[in-house]
Amino acid sequence: MANYYSDSDNQAYGRTMQKKFLARIVFFLPTLCVVLASLLPFLWLVDTSLKTQLQVTAIPPQILPALSLEFYRAAITRYNLLLYVGNSLIVAGATTLISLSIAVLAGYALARLRMPGKNLIMAGLLLVSMFPQISIAGPVWTLLQQLGWLNTYHGLVLPYVTLTLPLGVWILASFFKDLPVELEDAARVDGCSRMQALVRVILPLAAPGVFTAAILVFIYAWNEFFFALLIMTRQDCQTLPVGIALFQGRYTMPWGEIAAASTMATVPLVALVFFCQKKIIRGLSAGAVKG
Amino acid sequence: MKTFITKKAHLFAGHSEAAFGLGLLAPAFVCVAVFAFYPILYSFYLSLQRIILSLPGRERFVLFENYRALLQDAAAREALANTLAFVAASTILEVAAGLGIALIINRHFRGRGLVRAAVLIPWALPTVVAAQMWRFIMNDNYGLANLIAFGADTGQYRAWLAEPMIAFVSLVAADVWKTSCFAALIILAGLQTIPDELYEAAAIDGATAWQRFSRITLPLLRPALLIALLFRTMDAFRIFDLVFVMTQGGPGGSTSVLQFYGYQKIFSEGLMGYGSAISVVVFCVTLAVSVLYIKMLPGAARRGI
Repeated sequence: MANYYSDSDNQAYGRTMQKKFLARIVFFLPTLCVVLASLLPFLWLVDTSLKTQLQVTAIPPQILPALSLEFYRAAITRYNLLLYVGNSLIVAGATTLISLSIAVLAGYALARLRMPGKNLIMAGLLLVSMFPQISIAGPVWTLLQQLGWLNTYHGLVLPYVTLTLPLGVWILASFFKDLPVELEDAARVDGCSRMQALVRVILPLAAPGVFTAAILVFIYAWNEFFFALLIMTRQDCQTLPVGIALFQGRYTMPWGEIAAASTMATVPLVALVFFCQKKIIRGLSAGAVKG
Repeated sequence: MKTFITKKAHLFAGHSEAAFGLGLLAPAFVCVAVFAFYPILYSFYLSLQRIILSLPGRERFVLFENYRALLQDAAAREALANTLAFVAASTILEVAAGLGIALIINRHFRGRGLVRAAVLIPWALPTVVAAQMWRFIMNDNYGLANLIAFGADTGQYRAWLAEPMIAFVSLVAADVWKTSCFAALIILAGLQTIPDELYEAAAIDGATAWQRFSRITLPLLRPALLIALLFRTMDAFRIFDLVFVMTQGGPGGSTSVLQFYGYQKIFSEGLMGYGSAISVVVFCVTLAVSVLYIKMLPGAARRGI
């Protein structure tokens, strides 16, 4: 059997393989670093939540947890964790529903209808999403106080709806722009009104966009701290971030309970990120570069 | 006659289209007007008065007295300086780190989805959770930072957040950890608009990897980089959660920032008028910076945002 490959061919092949291997390592190492840097601090938090009181206050710190659920129990029974979870679910859920209902209408109008001043409106919305919360905090608080809406769900949901509208409108407008106009025209020819065409034809097609916007709005409302701190001053109305920020022990910081509550607050978000990573990335960059 | 009718119908359609559009936009307008634009204007109105929440009924107009006092307020100046330093340090680091992350997650490789998800985790975490996490890591007795720096040598353990410089650096580090991936996603979207043919042509012409990066990637990425910078700058100006949880502005005001200082004045001390003056200044500074950025953007990208 003749050898079709000469020795020099073999050597060249070996060299390119070596090069490829090197290139792989050069790429693999930074990737590994980025992943570890992203995950390790968070894993330390989860790790802490699974320790016992003795382990958390050990000096020097211990690394391996006892896998105890002691802190989760304590966070629920002594710190009313489930109350905060419930409040957060109600506020974030209601914000998502209301904000998206409004954003669908506005996003459609801005993406599809011939109207003067559209760019100005989009820019104005962007402004709303970017200025510091402190520049509206005093008046919003005063207004809610006069209405008697401090420490109410709607008192927090309404500002949240306003602050998440830009996000929703921008994402939805970019999705609506991508849908073919012909579908809508066909629906109109078949006798649909504009509103019917929007609800029956466009909306189902834009469902992935609506879902994307819903994820981002939900995460915003679930995580928001500043307004929740101002508006929810009574403990039984507070959301998770406020609860976690204000956790106080009688004599020492309850680190274990904080870690347990933080882990509970984060688990739904981690699940969302792993299952909807593509949608989140698409949503966050919607309109940012491509317009 | 026929053309006349269709023209008229068309005109009418255009008119009703704008009216329909306004109807669709109305709920959004109402929300934004009541909870965003009215409060900004009302802040300015409040800032011209002396209002102390614990002394109701004693409000009076003082015109620009609050602003004059603000100019002489050393704590406010410190908060402004800290904010500007924080904005500069965090945004530059975040856009640089974001560029690195974007280059990594833009490549095709097995498990890319998992890597992207992992990178998104810091962004998805509530800032309060990230802040408590870093506060615990920097803890003087039980913290991971001490364990990594000094091992079992507990005599050397330091209270990191009690040292002004380190406390400030910790805030920047926590912010960079949390939001670099957001910058990365915007830059990633920019990377995906660069056609592959450019790289292929450059490779055929014998360009090295560095040349391809510096002559093709960077110039074409300029709009995306500027947009990432804009978003991160605006967000860094309103840093609050990290400060509230990690340092409360301390030690000794060394990590106090504008939004935190304004919050303290209005809601801890009840100085609604004086605090509103701070709010107005913060708003004007941010607005000026964002206008500056938008001026820097090339026309095409400006229409994009």
